[in-house]
Amino acid sequence: MNVKRALVIGSGPIVIGQSAEFDYSGTQACKALREEGVEVVLVNSNPATIQTDRETADIVYIEPLDVPTLKKIIQRERPDSLLATMGGQTGLNLAIELDKWGVLEQYNVRLIGTGLKAIEKAESREKFNALMKELGIPILPGFCAKKMEEGLEAAEKIGYPVVARPAYTLGGTGGGFASCKEELEPILERGFNLSRSGEVLIEKSVLGWGEFEYEVIRDSADNAIIICNMENFDPMGVHTGESIVVAPAQTLSDRDHQVLRDAALRIVRALKIEGGCNVQFYFNQETGQYGVIEVNPRLSRSSALASKATGYPIARVAAKIALGKTLDEIRNPITNTTAAFEPALDYVVTKIPKWPFEKFRGSDRRIGTQMKSTGEAMAIGRTFEESLLKAIRGLDLKEPKIEKPEEHLFPPTDLRIFAILEAFRRGAGVEEIRAKTKINPWFLGKVKRIVEMEKRIAREGLGADLLREAKRMGFSDAQIGKLVGKSEREVREKRKENGIIPTYKMVDSCAGEFEALTPYFYSTYENENEAKESGGRKILIIGSGPIRIGQGIEFDYCCSQAAMALRRMGLLSIMVNNNPETMSTDFDSSDRLYFEPLTFEDVMNIVENEKPEGVIVQLGGQTSINLAQALSENGVRVLGTGIEGIDVAEDREKFRSLCEKLGIRQPLNATATDKEGALKAASEIGYPIVVRPSYVIAGRGMQIVFSPEEMEKFIGQAMDVSENKPVLIDKYLDNAFECEVDAVSDSENTFIGGIMEHVEFAGVHSGDANISIPPLNLSEKMLRKIRESTRELSRALGVKGFVNIQYAVKGGELFIIEANPRASRTVPFLSKATGVPLVEMAVRAMLGEGVENSEPSVNHYAIKGVVFPFLKISGADISLGPEMKSTGETMGLGEDFESAYIKALQASGISLPKGGAVLLSLRKEDREDGVEIARKLAGMGFEIYATPGTGVALTRAASVQVAKRIGEKCGPDEMDVLQLISSGDVQLVINTPTKSGNSFSDGFKIRRRSIEKGIPCVTNIRTAMEFVNALEKLRGKELEVRRLGEYGGEKHG
Amino acid sequence: MGRRAVLRLGDGSAFFGDGFGASARRVGELVFNTSMQGYQEALTDPSYAGQVLTMSYPLIGNYGINSTDFESSRIWAEGFVVREASESFFHREAVRDLDSFLAKYGVPGICGVDTRELVKRIRKHGVLPCSVEVFEGKEKGGEVSFEYSSVNFVEKASSSGVGKFVPENAEKMVVLLDLGVKRSIVKELNKRGIGVVSVPWNASAELVRSFEPDGIVVSNGPGDPAILTNVHSLVRSLSDLPMFGICLGHQCIAHAFGGNTSKLKFGHRGSNHPVYDLEKKRVFITTQNHGFAVERVPDEFVVTQVELNDKTIEGMRHSSKPIFSVQYHPEASPGPHDAGYLFDHFLKVL
Repeated sequence: MNVKRALVIGSGPIVIGQSAEFDYSGTQACKALREEGVEVVLVNSNPATIQTDRETADIVYIEPLDVPTLKKIIQRERPDSLLATMGGQTGLNLAIELDKWGVLEQYNVRLIGTGLKAIEKAESREKFNALMKELGIPILPGFCAKKMEEGLEAAEKIGYPVVARPAYTLGGTGGGFASCKEELEPILERGFNLSRSGEVLIEKSVLGWGEFEYEVIRDSADNAIIICNMENFDPMGVHTGESIVVAPAQTLSDRDHQVLRDAALRIVRALKIEGGCNVQFYFNQETGQYGVIEVNPRLSRSSALASKATGYPIARVAAKIALGKTLDEIRNPITNTTAAFEPALDYVVTKIPKWPFEKFRGSDRRIGTQMKSTGEAMAIGRTFEESLLKAIRGLDLKEPKIEKPEEHLFPPTDLRIFAILEAFRRGAGVEEIRAKTKINPWFLGKVKRIVEMEKRIAREGLGADLLREAKRMGFSDAQIGKLVGKSEREVREKRKENGIIPTYKMVDSCAGEFEALTPYFYSTYENENEAKESGGRKILIIGSGPIRIGQGIEFDYCCSQAAMALRRMGLLSIMVNNNPETMSTDFDSSDRLYFEPLTFEDVMNIVENEKPEGVIVQLGGQTSINLAQALSENGVRVLGTGIEGIDVAEDREKFRSLCEKLGIRQPLNATATDKEGALKAASEIGYPIVVRPSYVIAGRGMQIVFSPEEMEKFIGQAMDVSENKPVLIDKYLDNAFECEVDAVSDSENTFIGGIMEHVEFAGVHSGDANISIPPLNLSEKMLRKIRESTRELSRALGVKGFVNIQYAVKGGELFIIEANPRASRTVPFLSKATGVPLVEMAVRAMLGEGVENSEPSVNHYAIKGVVFPFLKISGADISLGPEMKSTGETMGLGEDFESAYIKALQASGISLPKGGAVLLSLRKEDREDGVEIARKLAGMGFEIYATPGTGVALTRAASVQVAKRIGEKCGPDEMDVLQLISSGDVQLVINTPTKSGNSFSDGFKIRRRSIEKGIPCVTNIRTAMEFVNALEKLRGKELEVRRLGEYGGEKHG
Repeated sequence: MGRRAVLRLGDGSAFFGDGFGASARRVGELVFNTSMQGYQEALTDPSYAGQVLTMSYPLIGNYGINSTDFESSRIWAEGFVVREASESFFHREAVRDLDSFLAKYGVPGICGVDTRELVKRIRKHGVLPCSVEVFEGKEKGGEVSFEYSSVNFVEKASSSGVGKFVPENAEKMVVLLDLGVKRSIVKELNKRGIGVVSVPWNASAELVRSFEPDGIVVSNGPGDPAILTNVHSLVRSLSDLPMFGICLGHQCIAHAFGGNTSKLKFGHRGSNHPVYDLEKKRVFITTQNHGFAVERVPDEFVVTQVELNDKTIEGMRHSSKPIFSVQYHPEASPGPHDAGYLFDHFLKVL
């Protein structure tokens, strides 16, 4: 096969269900292709990826991922091949579309790796079922019923229990579980009503059966191997992305395993997969009955997990297979043996999801077939208990208090594992929990052992033998301390006195059989330590842990970049992180990788083992910077900005006096440590105010408060989130422009990475705002002032490395909102926009090199767009505020603001067809702007609908059709707002929420309905205004695509 | 458990842990296996006679012991070394736990040991003599010397009489030279309608021929193939018949026709060994359990398969006669079924 230039499609912004794993697989694939001499053209709309670095691919496009855009890129670059299996479902769907629209044929682009026929067979339920029938591999028996009798008959045939769900409703709405005819009848009745097609699917219920996954690789010569099998702790009924997953499988006998292995291999062979594939099985532990749930003919979240769990680089090997190589020809870079090798593990891996519910008050915490988690933590141990406990502590979570365990056991919530622990503490037995959860008793027995150990520790105290046993089981010092009423420090000292220190074992894909070259380690309490202290100048980088709202892939980007920078500087990098999805935990991203939780104990142990020259805490978000103090107190050299500087920036009181000293204005502000103090301070400052806990990620628990009554209600919550630290109270500046700066300083000179302005007014969290560089509304004088303040503040804080400062501009005045002495979310975006490798510059500054007092010029526009998880988190309000809610970002590039902005929105899923209707429902304050928006939309030929109040205000702009209020009686040709949204005529909803919008308000319902119907919903008037302006300016114009680096007149490559 | 245990190696080092199974002391050759499941099959595999088995996978016993997965009627390993012997087990077929299983057959087990360190030590220094002792109170101790190659384990592992395993639909009949056969080999043959008469390792050619077999299977088994000279000549004398050798059987065929074998540093024991078939140009993942390997194939033979990692000989065939053999275990149990086609091939040449 002669591949010269290959197009690789990325997966776009981070969304629930499609996360950093595709940056990892895509980047690995790019590297592998280039190793083979292939020129790689990479397209992705997500700037926060290593994949879109100019070093990863030969040619990079940061453009929206849709067919018209890809067609333009193909036209421009003329790749001979397309690798579509690295970009998740997004990449796969785009390849299918490109083929369907004839683009591939037109430009002679050949799909390499798994072919379209295979993809189609795997993805089409009908074709897949037919194939399974042919192979004699069981699938879930199911029928589609149109009538009650049909449904009942089908259920008889399949055998109860069954699951019935209406066809084509979102997220299984209206479905149910029935164990007999009497239970099924009402579900069917409801289902026929709810289903758009009047059909109800009836399937055999395998609720509570075991769930297993097999990761398979096959090549063009029909060699096929299993890389890893995994077992879900949570049985069927919980999405595998929502399950605790363990590798390898623990409860299968070899005979069981071989049945599933054979089936998995037969399936990938029949499909003719060329690359990686994931096969999911259900397996009844009581009877041995099994069947296939589904296959993913591409790289997936599970393949990333399997790669990290085994050390086997699945994406790399799959990419080489796509070029026609066979497994026996590919080397396993870890052991320098062949890639045609099934990894053997000598440890247990546990993955646990990270959920965002704490960000969405009132949302439904139940977990099930719909994925809701944003990320995951993985841990490795020599026993299941050890890996589970390490995984749990890797979640970076305050252990939740479980009042009523039974409320979380079934149906399960995100807190189920904690509820099981609590139930055992209260004396429940394995059988009792099993009856409720159907979790395999082997797992439950292990969890129970953890509780038994807790009890022993509490009873017997800290004897050396018991302490050792507890550590071997995976207990943390802090956890043990809590049980015996001692501090973490005391336990740590006692432990070290007794010589109980961790050993580090290598992940080598072969269970020690071959000498491996992987510098990939995990801690455990064993005899031999394999991570011997190495020579050379070493720097430890602390990662950012599981992807969560507010701490996403951006920080992983910074950490990975830092490792590369250190390599270029001739230093050795040591990475510690516990996120299996990301680039930073690829074994060759750093010189040594420690796959460990990011707690003080775990990090300090690594420091003691490695004795690095210094530790970088600025790049892993709040998680890593929060460790700075404790590490420093224990004699660790924290590189860059000193602890005092970090403290001043994070401590409101100290920061306020510094700003006063420097003459930099802040909005009126105060801190409070109790409710009374807070109320008093608030009334002194004057409402509206912004209330926020200190030291938290992404404005967690942060809110704009408009009245003392609201404050009464809210303050307790904020105090709670803040734990023992003070709550911050700021005057809220309404209708102010917000802007922010990422800068790198050597404490004398400061390099301004860029000044960015938010499209939205201050009050929308920076992570949720659309952000533009260059700024839009700031005068030259104001820009100068921003630069000056940034430099002064950096000097005063003694910043060495990154600082991110947020400002507000109101009435020609500059206010500083906050300064973060660390890399921010916008660092990768800014680096891509300006072409300046900010991370490397910051790492150099941390290590003492000087920076220049300058700033790159930007001759084009780059806009950061945002994507939200509202569809997946049912019950969540989608309106924006100071608490961050978005999961991912996009980037739009253009020669002018409008095209860049439109691209950013388009990449985030907000686009408008040429015609149709727009629904406006605006709060009073926004109606003036609404008039202009409506006029422009009408001028472009859109029909305008409005809710009654808004409608009255808009009539002077355009002919407006007023929809009825929700629940209002409608005539035969009339619809209320919700019906209107559901009708399919509306293409865009602009709904700005009132200040105290709650879930009973009409606005809330309008927003939820739009999301559920897949209609873009804009909730901020400025976002909408700029969108409409841009649409108007760009009417009739085609958006251009360019390579990253070509915008702003920069030359090719 | 309450009992202590110690594993002492020939190099003078000792590993202490908790005891399970029988309170006993045994000596043997320390080997490791990298399979993540299949401990019951491994323990009952006669090829482990004379050996103390370490599992590299740390959690053993999770699914208990069932009444099906016996490769012979008892445990053959001299001792069992694991990181964790699961206290609880759960499986629909399980009838007992690992602890009582070992106890029943008088085999000592040690757990809580850094088995990865052991594996690495074996990898570096090769297989080692060792002792395992499970004790209450004080260790008894004793010599740790053990000369694996000088013992004829086949004598013990082979059945003493003739056995007949003939399925109803049998269309062919083979004689199996039982050098310590795994039951799964017989099962695989029976599954394909091949009746099996097993004869002891020291059977005469006349006895074999008296069953008028369509072919010969030379089974797996423990120990050094070089010392089994009577088996070599028996095999040689039956070379007019189609013949299929597995593991020790493969090595004996090599000797019989003038090839030779040598001891590997630490052998291949696991379920993930890639074998490249030079004729099919395909990779098969195989189960292996051998400490010796064919070093030179006989003149009339060609190498058909090699291990992809260390390129050792994994399969050979006679250049003109229907005689072929493999070093690994196409019957799997435990392990992948990739190489099951060899039994189909054997049926074809019968």
